[in-house]
Amino acid sequence: MIASGFLAQVALMVIAIVIASVTRARYRALVCGVAVALIGVAGVVTGALALGGHQGTATVPVALPMGALTLEATPLGGLFTLVVGAVGAITAIYAIGYVHGPSASRTSWIALAVFLTSMQLVPATADVVSFLLAWELMAIASTVLVLTEHAERSNVRTAAVWYAAMTQVSFSLLLIGFAILSAQVGSTQFGDFSSTQWNPVAASVAFVTLVLGFATKAGIVPMHVWLPRAHPEAPSHVSALMSAAMVKMGVYGALLVTTRFLVDGIVWWSLLVLALGMVSAIYGILQASVASDIKILLAYSTTENIGLMFLAIGSASLLRAYGIPGTAQVAIAACLLLVVAHAAFKTTLFLGAGSILRATGLRDLDRLGGLGSRMPVTSLTFGIGALGAAALPFTVGFVAEWVLLQALIHGAGSNNRILAIVMPVTVGAVALTAGLALMTFVKAYGIAFLARPRSDAATGAKETPVSMRIAMGASAALVIALGLVPGLAARAAATAGGLSDVGSVGLLGIDLPGIGALLDPAWLGILSGILAIAVIGVSIRAMRKRPRRSVDLAWVGGGVRVSPRMQYTATSYAEPLSRIFDDSLRPQRDVIVTHSSEARYLVERIQYRQRVSDVFEGRIYQPVIAVTERLSAAARNLQNGKIHFYLAYSFIALLIILVVVTQ
Amino acid sequence: MSLWGAFRMIRSTGRIAEPAPPAPEIMDGRPVELSGTVQIRHVDAGSCNGCEIEIGQAFGPVYDLERYGARLVASPRHADVVLVTGVVTHNMVEPLRRTIDATPRPRLVIALGDCARNRGMFADAYGVVGSVSDVVHVDLEIPGCPPEPEAIVRAIRSVTGT
Amino acid sequence: MSATAASLAFIQIVVMVLLTPLLIGLIRQVRSLLEGRAGAGVLQPWRDIRKLFGKEPLRAPGMSWVQAVGPVVLATSSLLLCALIPLVGTVAFPLIPDDLFVVVGVLLVGTVALALVGLDTGTAFGGMGSSRHMMIAALVEPTVLVAIYALSVPIGSSALSQIVNSKIESPVTVASPVSLLVLVALSIAVIAETSRMPVDNPATHLELTMVHEAMVLESSGRDLAWLELGSWLRLGALLGLIGSLAIPWGLAVEIAPIPLLVGSIMLTIKLTVLGCILAIVEVFLAKLRLFRVPELLAGSFVLALLAVTASYLTVPA
Repeated sequence: MIASGFLAQVALMVIAIVIASVTRARYRALVCGVAVALIGVAGVVTGALALGGHQGTATVPVALPMGALTLEATPLGGLFTLVVGAVGAITAIYAIGYVHGPSASRTSWIALAVFLTSMQLVPATADVVSFLLAWELMAIASTVLVLTEHAERSNVRTAAVWYAAMTQVSFSLLLIGFAILSAQVGSTQFGDFSSTQWNPVAASVAFVTLVLGFATKAGIVPMHVWLPRAHPEAPSHVSALMSAAMVKMGVYGALLVTTRFLVDGIVWWSLLVLALGMVSAIYGILQASVASDIKILLAYSTTENIGLMFLAIGSASLLRAYGIPGTAQVAIAACLLLVVAHAAFKTTLFLGAGSILRATGLRDLDRLGGLGSRMPVTSLTFGIGALGAAALPFTVGFVAEWVLLQALIHGAGSNNRILAIVMPVTVGAVALTAGLALMTFVKAYGIAFLARPRSDAATGAKETPVSMRIAMGASAALVIALGLVPGLAARAAATAGGLSDVGSVGLLGIDLPGIGALLDPAWLGILSGILAIAVIGVSIRAMRKRPRRSVDLAWVGGGVRVSPRMQYTATSYAEPLSRIFDDSLRPQRDVIVTHSSEARYLVERIQYRQRVSDVFEGRIYQPVIAVTERLSAAARNLQNGKIHFYLAYSFIALLIILVVVTQ
Repeated sequence: MSLWGAFRMIRSTGRIAEPAPPAPEIMDGRPVELSGTVQIRHVDAGSCNGCEIEIGQAFGPVYDLERYGARLVASPRHADVVLVTGVVTHNMVEPLRRTIDATPRPRLVIALGDCARNRGMFADAYGVVGSVSDVVHVDLEIPGCPPEPEAIVRAIRSVTGT
Repeated sequence: MSATAASLAFIQIVVMVLLTPLLIGLIRQVRSLLEGRAGAGVLQPWRDIRKLFGKEPLRAPGMSWVQAVGPVVLATSSLLLCALIPLVGTVAFPLIPDDLFVVVGVLLVGTVALALVGLDTGTAFGGMGSSRHMMIAALVEPTVLVAIYALSVPIGSSALSQIVNSKIESPVTVASPVSLLVLVALSIAVIAETSRMPVDNPATHLELTMVHEAMVLESSGRDLAWLELGSWLRLGALLGLIGSLAIPWGLAVEIAPIPLLVGSIMLTIKLTVLGCILAIVEVFLAKLRLFRVPELLAGSFVLALLAVTASYLTVPA
């Protein structure tokens, strides 16, 4: 059954490719959208079967020295396939209404089908070769998709170069890591990796390279630089797919390394993962909180969320290393719940951002505003997604963060000094992240959808086509549904993480055994519903007596100057934060004051510009790029096109070889 | 001043507020909602600031208008009473109308001081449009140039009924 | 859902709704007396609220449903806080944990509702207040979570009722260094979160220094009534939480008339004392510059972190 699931995904991919190649432009979006959505549905079914305990392998014999390619169903992989499939199906339906211009081309649809299928197959692979094959297929297809609008904006090309370079760095790191592991075991099968006594040095090198490789794909600081470039420049359905699904492959890889390959690790390994996660979470959300491009904001928020997942993985290994396996398991479950939660709300948010982009042509929050009355469905779904991203109650984001914090504060058990320092700092970091996320998403939602439009484009915005609304509605419904009845998702996460006893209580709430914590959001919802009814009842009584009255002006001190430009913008909203975190964000501010020509005490206009660039990009990447360019320029001198020089090179090379060989 | 110094000053000063005079008659047709609580938005429509000083005194510790449930607020949205001082100048006609429109009902407009009531000493000045009642409906007038704090207190108490 | 927990929640809500306007009145009255005034009496906030429900709310162009819904959400979340936090008694709902994270989550729902109301006005002041409010909320959250984490270490649970219960059972812990550090850290956090001095001046008329007031400048009538009542309830509930952690005795551990009566009276006494302290402290303090506030909050975070480390060191192996 599982095997036919794998087969179905590949077969549907082929069908989608054929359809995309032959259909005419008029029907292409509809037909291809449905075909790609079916690939996603096949992934969901296969993943659900794998989670449900169905076993199965599919082997593809190939004429390579490494042996056959193997696909195998595991609960962990199943969860990831399911998540990717669900995101894929939703974004494909969204794409039906969204695609236009280059993103509606044959190439784009084919790449989308290949991208989704390869992502669904990555978590199902059971040996190094097929893993890397699927991984590279995913990388190439996504690069093609990032490049979609290259003819329209030059930024797209830069972004694609960054993305391609980083994704190949990731691939090379993985290649090295897997090569070391395979050389130690003498096999490329994942199954053989788990039961081996590792040479500590080799294992450490392999651990670091693999974790860094996966972290690069996941967008972990300091390898995150491609993310805030590629996400905004890709078409929105692709951004959603990349952010909600593809970066999770990095998390899957990290889980693979820490929970299957190198399980009984050395303490500093866990601390490394934990530190990577913590830095990413805080740095990501700080950048997101001061970003005013909505897609860059969402991209940095992805770095934050992936950071939390790595933080969960790191603390799980740390707790396991110090003999608290029960809580470690809860931390793994928290990581998986974060995966599910992030997939749900980030899909919603990126699709919402796509709708805004389609309706207004703008990504800049500073010029949006008042979309709530113009695009009610997008407003509602984006709002729900923002609540989820801010981890407020009744959303799946809250559930995930609750489980994570429960795992962290119950890491107390033993009297261990490292834990006594690491755990409070971690809780503080998670709390700061949560607080800043709250501010970030209040800003994103409030500035874009509330108050009055700040530009003509925002004034003329219209609600999006029906397929986009259906997709956004579906993912927003998931955010709320999984948040109100998280029992099923928690059980799925527990199964995937190998815990048997996480159960559901009450109206499908979560029961975390071992640490004695319960959460039933549905009852909390009922309780707050009762209170809300009381409050609304009082309001209605008051309304009967005194209905609401419309006035002509907002109160601005009796004046009429209520120009939308006087409203707070995203930049000004985050200004206090960018001042407080001045040292880590290093914003550049230009204030240009133009004086009147008649008197220099009169000011004609003041221009204010603020740029927040990525500190890591400036400090780490720019020097490396500069050195590489200098070396390349030097190498260019060797290639001067004169034949006698080339003859001389050959002669010198021959001499060196002779000397080396004859020794 | 040190904390201890502040503490000693508080102790040695004691109560500054004068005893409350007997309650005045309740104003005719005041909204019942305002009994015991009235929030005031002050609008200076062109005053010489004499009335402002008296208002400041009325809300100061000696007369302590706040003890009768009155409070100055920052936004007309929170206000029940628009307290207008001074003659209405050209530039303040529209802002005055807007402020009153921005005040939720039930609301009262009180003209404070002779200028607000009948243009007072600025009657023939060039920038003047008229008294407050020439521009908007006025519910209560407080005479005086400027009115004494006692008069202001009495008028507000006739609204709150305390 | 057990009936006893529901009845306790109902009692807590009723008691808090009755008490918190009086608490605000008390704070204002104490301030007035210290300033040499006569004061409006403790009942004044109740009169204000009653009047606001009888006034009409206004809507200016460009404002959305958030103006009407935000206040309701804030009030609901504050009522939910009163139901969840152990104030009169420590009987928790079996399936709704009065867990620290749930309580903070509910608190933040109110914070967000208020911030969105401020942003929705589309005026410069509303956005300014909202931005400052969210900045403070973001920086307060680490302190609150880490502080209660410190209390949860010895008993291995983050449920507030269990923390309070354990304090009732072993009174020694009440005066431990951990508890004292936590109380100081939490007090700073509560002051910041509820917009009191020295973080925000609740009596200011100057828009540029406003935080809380700036967000509600545009609200009127029942919207304003809910916003005010909701904010007061938050202050009352959080002060009550501090009271329950500082002096846990007297809280009802079972649902019976006498313990509930004792619990309510104890709550009234604690809120009275805390309200007086707050008012006296406010008289002596000047408002901090906005960009000094993060330093205050960072200080409270360090105290909370110290508390956790101390609690690890004192926990028996």
